[in-house]
Amino acid sequence: MIWNPNKECMSRDEMRALQGKRLQKLVTYVYHNVPFYRNKMQAMDVSPEDIKSIDDIVKLPFTTKQDLRDNYPYGLQAAPASEIVRVHASSGTTGNPTIVGYTRKDIAVWSEVMARCLTAFGVTREDTFSVAYGYGLFTGGLGAHYGVENLGATVIPTSTGNTEKHIRLIRDLNISGIACTPSYALYLAETLDKMGLRKEDIGLRIGAFGAEPWTENMRKEIEERLGLKGYNIYGLSEIMGPGVSYECSEQNGSHINEDHFYPEIINPETLEQLPHGEQGELVFTTLTKEGMPLLRYRTKDLCTLTNEVCACGRTSVRMGRIMGRSDDMLIIRGINVFPSQVESVILEMPEFEPQYMLVVDRVNNLDTLQVQVEVRKDFFSDDIGRMLNMKKALADKLKSVLSISADVKLMEPNSIERSQGKSKHVIDKRMLK
Amino acid sequence: MTIKQLSIFLENKTGRINEVTKILGKHGISMRAFSMAETTDFGILRLIVSEVDKAVEVLRNENFAVMLTDVVWIKCPNVAGSLSAILDHLAEKQIFIEYMYAFADGDVANVIIRPTDINKCLLVLKECNCNIQDEL
Repeated sequence: MIWNPNKECMSRDEMRALQGKRLQKLVTYVYHNVPFYRNKMQAMDVSPEDIKSIDDIVKLPFTTKQDLRDNYPYGLQAAPASEIVRVHASSGTTGNPTIVGYTRKDIAVWSEVMARCLTAFGVTREDTFSVAYGYGLFTGGLGAHYGVENLGATVIPTSTGNTEKHIRLIRDLNISGIACTPSYALYLAETLDKMGLRKEDIGLRIGAFGAEPWTENMRKEIEERLGLKGYNIYGLSEIMGPGVSYECSEQNGSHINEDHFYPEIINPETLEQLPHGEQGELVFTTLTKEGMPLLRYRTKDLCTLTNEVCACGRTSVRMGRIMGRSDDMLIIRGINVFPSQVESVILEMPEFEPQYMLVVDRVNNLDTLQVQVEVRKDFFSDDIGRMLNMKKALADKLKSVLSISADVKLMEPNSIERSQGKSKHVIDKRMLK
Repeated sequence: MTIKQLSIFLENKTGRINEVTKILGKHGISMRAFSMAETTDFGILRLIVSEVDKAVEVLRNENFAVMLTDVVWIKCPNVAGSLSAILDHLAEKQIFIEYMYAFADGDVANVIIRPTDINKCLLVLKECNCNIQDEL
């Protein structure tokens, strides 16, 4: 099934013409409403009149996460405050989260693109669908929620938490679809086992999995253990939230809603646009966004693009699996974590050396984060209680900055490897599995 | 009247204690008493040694986190009830003990005590004529 064949199956020429028209309008809009972009464009000697087709996008400046932080909270907002109906925020590095304001029309577009995703996964009005992404400042919960409602299925806003209760609801309410992180799906499978239930006891049919990288092996395991078919959904809060791209039944890459989010692949070093098929950094321009439109936002996600014909009938460009990051961001339990966040907390506490190591692992299908730190020699104590308090103080601070709990391990002096040049602060054991 | 105890921070890792004992052995430092306090991921090794300053130096040279802690060392007869009598005195005078460890040597029992208030503890021990050791 296809939710909006007019857009999802447009001919390539029509799509390019539509994108060109929308880009022109967008550039005029931000030029007049966002001083940040006007200044950047003037410095590059580009004016809105120079944008005549979608190919002219290469003339435009890039936007980075740092730009969002520097313009905290509303510096990049284009719409007046009276037009903003909702704000989401993603975790920030050193205090400043990224604030994204949405107008009523932005919410409508988001609900539209989410409905396209869910329809591609096979969700219909007859389905009862559980949204088990976190509700709140994180875009996952509400983004998926509005999509399910827009499509006309019944939404169960489960959010995260009480997993046994969730499984009872899945069984008792005949929930047929679920949106969550893939690692939570595995945890759900485990809890099902623990409760002595089998996958035949529940009627899950469709899984919309995203917000963290996952592998084909994980897909197989989730499908096998929960008895459903799992689909990838991709998104990022700066651009919109979940719903930027989605897999169809062919599961050969994720179709990008490119009438709203124009994708490019660039070389992260030279910033040059790369042709389809080549791997590089994924960049999005929000063609229709009003609240906080972004020009050429660098996602730091590394992947490829293709517009080869897809057997599902959709003509949109597809992106391949995310192969890595061009920065050091980690995704742990669906939450973005930068080593620099941990560093800033450690630097604030005189008890610890600035050396640290993050060890990320997946234990019983849940991501774990261990932060290893060296205690400064002057702060060692013969008093175990004091040492444990030191450990707890750091764990508490990390939790408030990262929004996930970390296990702090106090280390002996000089036991954390000092590397030459760019120091290595992360051991991610999840990739080895 | 107090003696210096070495407190060494150790990660919970197989073979880590051996490294401490090996270094001390290599430098001819002998251990008189030894106790290990542990949590889930680290431990504190507490040692009474023959040459305190030398032990600190050689261990610090090997990057161990070593602290010196003042403790009280008493000797009492190795007979039933003798330690109990001393501890009764301490409790009566509200002396809080953070930790202690002991080892028997023939007719004599050696007890190492780390009280919260070391001076008050010494006074009480003197009052009850305890045999307090001030050198190794």
